[in-house]
Amino acid sequence: MIEDAKDFALIAAVQAGLPVAARPYALIAEKIGLTEGQVLERLQRLRQCGLIKRWGVVVQHRALGYRANAMIVMDIPDSQVDQVGRLISRYDCVNLCYQRPRYPGVWPYNLYCMIHGKSRDAVWVQWQHLQDECQLQAYPFEMLFSARCFKQRGAQYARLNQGATNGANPQIPTSNPVAAYG
Amino acid sequence: MKLSPLHKRLLNDFQQDFPLSSAPFNEIAQQLGVDEEQVLDAFAELTECNAISRIGPVITPNAIGKSALVAMAIPDHDLERVAAVVSAIPQVNHNYERENRFNLWFVLIAEDKNRLDELVARIELQTGYSAMVLPMLADYFIDLGFELDLHD
Repeated sequence: MIEDAKDFALIAAVQAGLPVAARPYALIAEKIGLTEGQVLERLQRLRQCGLIKRWGVVVQHRALGYRANAMIVMDIPDSQVDQVGRLISRYDCVNLCYQRPRYPGVWPYNLYCMIHGKSRDAVWVQWQHLQDECQLQAYPFEMLFSARCFKQRGAQYARLNQGATNGANPQIPTSNPVAAYG
Repeated sequence: MKLSPLHKRLLNDFQQDFPLSSAPFNEIAQQLGVDEEQVLDAFAELTECNAISRIGPVITPNAIGKSALVAMAIPDHDLERVAAVVSAIPQVNHNYERENRFNLWFVLIAEDKNRLDELVARIELQTGYSAMVLPMLADYFIDLGFELDLHD
């Protein structure tokens, strides 16, 4: 995973996005005192080891007409939650799928997924389709549409490295989400 | 903005594996049979109109630090105050109102679990409401990006 302070500096430098320029990795390299080749090698390693889950274009759903987004929470028997989680993750409409702890008596749900759609109706249709296909009708669920967005921006990873590298961290530009719904 | 066929391909085809090579935009241009300049212009336009938030990494949850989803049930009249308190904390991102009795949902990220617990305690103290901490136990989703329906 992360091997040294340069890895942190690199994550910090790329998390707001690559510059749109002919040699973007060379520009990143210059910022953090590495060569272009070193930047590419490190990014390939971080991608291969799975720390970087995906490397590419991150689209803005809302700007592209996907204005409705719902978090669906389900109460699935513990013995089946892994199986159901893996199953529903395969559907194109599902974007994020996590198991989280229940709070007995308060919040019985243990499986979370996110569905984006161009309208609330579209999200419902997709959910009903998913329920049918995966035989989820018997399980209690709630659908939590998003209303207002109070804050959305990237996790500040470089901050987490303070102290480990004598505080020599570049400031991370904020504004875009990097880790989704940890 | 009206999206051109080139815009659509750039949006859909490079979410998973954007080239990790010295001249990535040129590599894309060659794949698509257009000039590098056209690709650079099209990406600049997509950025300009907010169709893309960035070209860059999506980090695996909890690969760096410890994060958790947190939910709070706040009376409507107090929601804006509490949301502002929460948003002001640098370790908070994705702070949303959702339609539920638990109506405030946000993600906290900290160095480790102890620091995460401290932050939650601070939020409860400052807001006067309790927080339900929902760390990820398993991640089932293989992130291949988001397939856009760009036909309408």
